[in-house]
Amino acid sequence: MSEGTAKKIMYVNRKAPYGTIYALESLEVVLIAAAFDQEVSLVFMDDGVYQLKKGHQTKGIEMKNFQPTYRALDDYDVNKLYVEKEALQARGLSQEDMCVPVEVKSAAEIGKLMEEQDVLLSF
Amino acid sequence: MNFGILVNEGPYTHQASDSAYQFCRAALAAGHQIQRVFFYHDGVNNASRLTEPPQDDRNIVNRWSKFAAEHKVDLVVCVAAALRRGIKDENLAAGFRISGLGQLIESSIQADRMVTFGD
Amino acid sequence: MLHIVNKSPLERSALDSCLAAAQPGAAVLLIEDGVYAATRGHAGEGKLRAASAHLQIYVLAPDLEARGMAQSLADGVKPIDYAGFVELVAQHRNCQSWL
Repeated sequence: MSEGTAKKIMYVNRKAPYGTIYALESLEVVLIAAAFDQEVSLVFMDDGVYQLKKGHQTKGIEMKNFQPTYRALDDYDVNKLYVEKEALQARGLSQEDMCVPVEVKSAAEIGKLMEEQDVLLSF
Repeated sequence: MNFGILVNEGPYTHQASDSAYQFCRAALAAGHQIQRVFFYHDGVNNASRLTEPPQDDRNIVNRWSKFAAEHKVDLVVCVAAALRRGIKDENLAAGFRISGLGQLIESSIQADRMVTFGD
Repeated sequence: MLHIVNKSPLERSALDSCLAAAQPGAAVLLIEDGVYAATRGHAGEGKLRAASAHLQIYVLAPDLEARGMAQSLADGVKPIDYAGFVELVAQHRNCQSWL
């Protein structure tokens, strides 16, 4: 698809990992979407920021640790990752706790980005 | 206008599938089209033809099947999510088809609007 | 744009998050358990009223009626039916469901 017709698609992640499957299956969508040459961005708000918290160790719960997949996103040219500032603060986290390079933005700034999208998919 | 719909929850536990159905009906009544309804996460359970709700309740699965037949609406169940949850061709209700996540992305590209129903 | 909230604000933070991100002029539609936010005497009534100064707030009437709250609709919230829901989506260039 040519540059002019690419749609801006934002994936909105607001749920913590492991407790429910949404984070993992959302990531699966993003990986497939990368093949479609659209303008993809990911935003992590609320408990969604926990998806990127460094150091997941899932052996004890016998679930797949999908954190390495976030680090692979760059290979798929998915490199617009935004994290909500207020969500980090409320959870005692900072940018240094994130497992991949992210841009920290306020909720209002994320709201502005949302306005610019053609499609928002939330899981 | 062409609407793409994403349903992320199964029938009965959450209202998501009901809300999506009512939205789709209202959209067609207003002269719009439903480009596709994509079922993801537990939403794939909407496609199980083995569900048997009590007589006095709505039959969510049959309702989607009938809707697809009457209005030629494309009901797509995500294959990866479906296999995880035991939804296969042998228990797939009429009007649904199993396909890849690419169908969801394609829907969000082709449809004029994408509306998500979930929990 | 259109924001859709389907969560009770006393159980989940979806509405708060939505209101923090929503830009002036945007529309917010409350559906499913989200409709409780649009009722009189609710703890979040003041917050919603404040938000209605710069946002258009709608509530899905069938969901409000189903929950026995139709008589308690808060001021500044516009009730709509499913046809109105479809119209709102069509009118706005995009929508975000705060699941």
